[in-house]
Amino acid sequence: MMGNGPHLEVVDLVAGYLPGIDILRGCSITADDRELVGIIGPNGAGKSTLLKAIFGLVPVRSGSVLLSGKEVANQQADRLVAQGMAFVPQSDNVFAPLTVRENLQLGTHLNRSLFDQRLQKVEAMLPELTEMLGARAGALSGGQRQLVAMGRALMSEPSVLLLDEPSAGLSPARQDEAFLRIREIRTAGVCVVIVEQNARRCLQICDRAYVLDQGRDAYHGTGEDLIHDPKVVELYLGDLGASEDGAA
Amino acid sequence: MALIDALLAAGQQILSPVTAAFALAAIGLNIHYGYTGLINFGQAGFVAVGAYGFALSVVWLGLPTWVAILIAFGAAALFAVLLGIPTLRLRGDYLAIVTIAAAEIVRYTVNSALFDDVTGGAQGITNNPSQGSDYSTWLDQFNPFGEGRIELGPWVFTGTSLWWALVTWVIVGLVTLLVWLLMRSPWGLTLRGVREDQEAMASLGKNVGAIKMQALVLGGVIGAMAGILYVLPAAVSPIDFNSRMTFNLFTIVLLGGAATIFGPILGSILFWAVLVLSEAAITWLVDIGVLAAVADAPQLRFALVGLALALLIVFRPQGILGNRKEMSFDRS
Amino acid sequence: MTAVRHAEDPILVAEGVHRHFGGVTAVDVERIEVPRGQITALIGPNGAGKTTLFNCLTGFDAADAGTWTFDGRAMAGLVRHKVARAGMVRTFQLTRVLGKLTVMENMLLGAAQPGEKFSRALVKPWWKAARESEIQHAEELLVRFKLDAKRDDYAASLSGGQRKLLEMARALMARPRLLMLDEPMAGVNPALVQSLLDHIAELPSQGVSVVFVEHDMHVVKTIADWVVVMAEGKVVAEGEPGPTLANPAVIDAYLGAHHDVDLRAIIREREGSAS
Repeated sequence: MMGNGPHLEVVDLVAGYLPGIDILRGCSITADDRELVGIIGPNGAGKSTLLKAIFGLVPVRSGSVLLSGKEVANQQADRLVAQGMAFVPQSDNVFAPLTVRENLQLGTHLNRSLFDQRLQKVEAMLPELTEMLGARAGALSGGQRQLVAMGRALMSEPSVLLLDEPSAGLSPARQDEAFLRIREIRTAGVCVVIVEQNARRCLQICDRAYVLDQGRDAYHGTGEDLIHDPKVVELYLGDLGASEDGAA
Repeated sequence: MALIDALLAAGQQILSPVTAAFALAAIGLNIHYGYTGLINFGQAGFVAVGAYGFALSVVWLGLPTWVAILIAFGAAALFAVLLGIPTLRLRGDYLAIVTIAAAEIVRYTVNSALFDDVTGGAQGITNNPSQGSDYSTWLDQFNPFGEGRIELGPWVFTGTSLWWALVTWVIVGLVTLLVWLLMRSPWGLTLRGVREDQEAMASLGKNVGAIKMQALVLGGVIGAMAGILYVLPAAVSPIDFNSRMTFNLFTIVLLGGAATIFGPILGSILFWAVLVLSEAAITWLVDIGVLAAVADAPQLRFALVGLALALLIVFRPQGILGNRKEMSFDRS
Repeated sequence: MTAVRHAEDPILVAEGVHRHFGGVTAVDVERIEVPRGQITALIGPNGAGKTTLFNCLTGFDAADAGTWTFDGRAMAGLVRHKVARAGMVRTFQLTRVLGKLTVMENMLLGAAQPGEKFSRALVKPWWKAARESEIQHAEELLVRFKLDAKRDDYAASLSGGQRKLLEMARALMARPRLLMLDEPMAGVNPALVQSLLDHIAELPSQGVSVVFVEHDMHVVKTIADWVVVMAEGKVVAEGEPGPTLANPAVIDAYLGAHHDVDLRAIIREREGSAS
């Protein structure tokens, strides 16, 4: 099923929105099946840009994006979805005038007959969706919309799931649930790459993580290693919340 | 040689009061749309209010010129307030719709046979001193060039038309100076702030409704000024103040560069030069037999304007003087 | 029943504030008080009505019922810009920077200046001095918020967290007496959060009371003097951070059982020894 190399590989990526202004300046990451890879780093480091560049929303100037060894950089997002990629943006991530059910249907638009079957699987992973199906997505709270957006991404049964700050705007309880749930999703064979502002929590749930700074990957290691790395703590994690870091 | 003639004609057009008037009306529209983000699709209406307000005050009411000018400005300000009160609290689209309608109402009113005695109906008001309707003598009496022929290099003017050209462009220059002074002031910055995000401005204590109204009135009065200058050379005619004038003005603003000080002037000059050149080109094509001698071939040039506007928006939305970087933030 | 204690010397008191949309009651607050000269955290799950309450109190939304006073002055029904002028300045959950203006221009619009009146705009000497003093004030703030390098860049070119910082700095330019921050730390680099918190912590001594909506409990525990918890439109708990955050009803509704626990422990438990 999967090739020898990592499922998703980004090599020396240079990308940016405006011509002449590169936000990513040579960034490399890898992510494998059943791996939860975290991307953390300061504002402006290019975390969201990295996801968007992988997903074809930001022009890639040089470097490659390899999906199962195949070069996919600068392909249109719809082609990437057909090849098994899914992206959940941080904001504007649901179609407000549509119901939750309709939003989820958009996830299987390439293969509509599979809707019922996939819906069952997704509901098993995200049980709250069941009672929301008839609600208009625009009337839901931020956290509920996150769930719908993630559900829609999962409906396409992606092999690579890209999540942009899934905890944004959620209450602590919901954040923890979201993180633990994201952890579960990856067991279904999905390779998950998550960009997070809540750096500490992100490192607690990831298998491996990269710290992005000024468009490059500055540090890399397992979640454990990075949480205990004094440099990373000093530069990126800060002291707040350090008290809860358990022993390795 | 036909090309030289065409270029000379274009040069002559540049100096004409019509080009200056359009530059002025574009300055007003630039204040509305370029700086404040108000979608005013009825600038032709403001120009008409200015032209008719002025001409009627002189010809029909017999008032002295300076009073007529004040009436024209006052009418434009009132027009702006009437348009603004119902719409400024709503989304921009509503102002757009209301201004289209208002401009058309003005045009229909002055065009209608009902008010024929006053407005001249479809004939309009002709500037003809010998016939008793005269609204430009006040200006002519200061003319230092006399009435004869004057040759400036390859161009030939009558003294009167040269004088009018000088006066109108000096006025454009003065208004541009005024706009520059206003736009660099803190008040000018509030206009752009309103254009960007009205809620944010409100949260900082700015009275957004008042700011929009001030911009609407200022740009409208400048448009009225343009109306006065526009009708100087010949006549006040309702057909001129149609939606085509408004779209020509938008083309001029975008061509020169929205929210720039010199954009409207540059835009107007280029616009009219290109119109003259394309008319010459079409006439030439007809002459050499490439284009059939259709009666309204010259009207083709307006189709070109539409095409040019579309291409402008696609390939160079910032116009000539605008800032490319600013435009890039609109794509997202 | 939940414990609701009221503040001493409140700067803002609101009573009977009601707001519903269609069939949903967004806000149903019997009484809420924001203490003067302190930092108050307003917490609660999504949909609890926190932003809607902010909107009602600052005139950005029309409450269906309710009265509130700011420093003794009745504010209900006051237009948004007048609320801001009175000293209640709010920021937005989804940042609203003025994109095609530079960072410095954003800051200058924060302050009220004589040159902003049309009648004074034409004559530069009438507004020059005031503007220069505002520019200086802005520069000091930009340095504190670490945005000084971006002074002449377009605000739209800032990243999400930098925009949050700009919005806060800009709000300070408006000389607020009550600064109302809607999720001020969202998207801000964790390493910068501490220095920002220090800056916010100083505000009360400069005469600015603060109320902020926040989801990060570490932030709340660090600087809040007072915590108000909302859920489903109502105030369910109010008091000092320690006891309020330990309140079981609050933990249930909002904080979650794992809120001060390292998730790795939970994960290890759930996934067993296989990794």
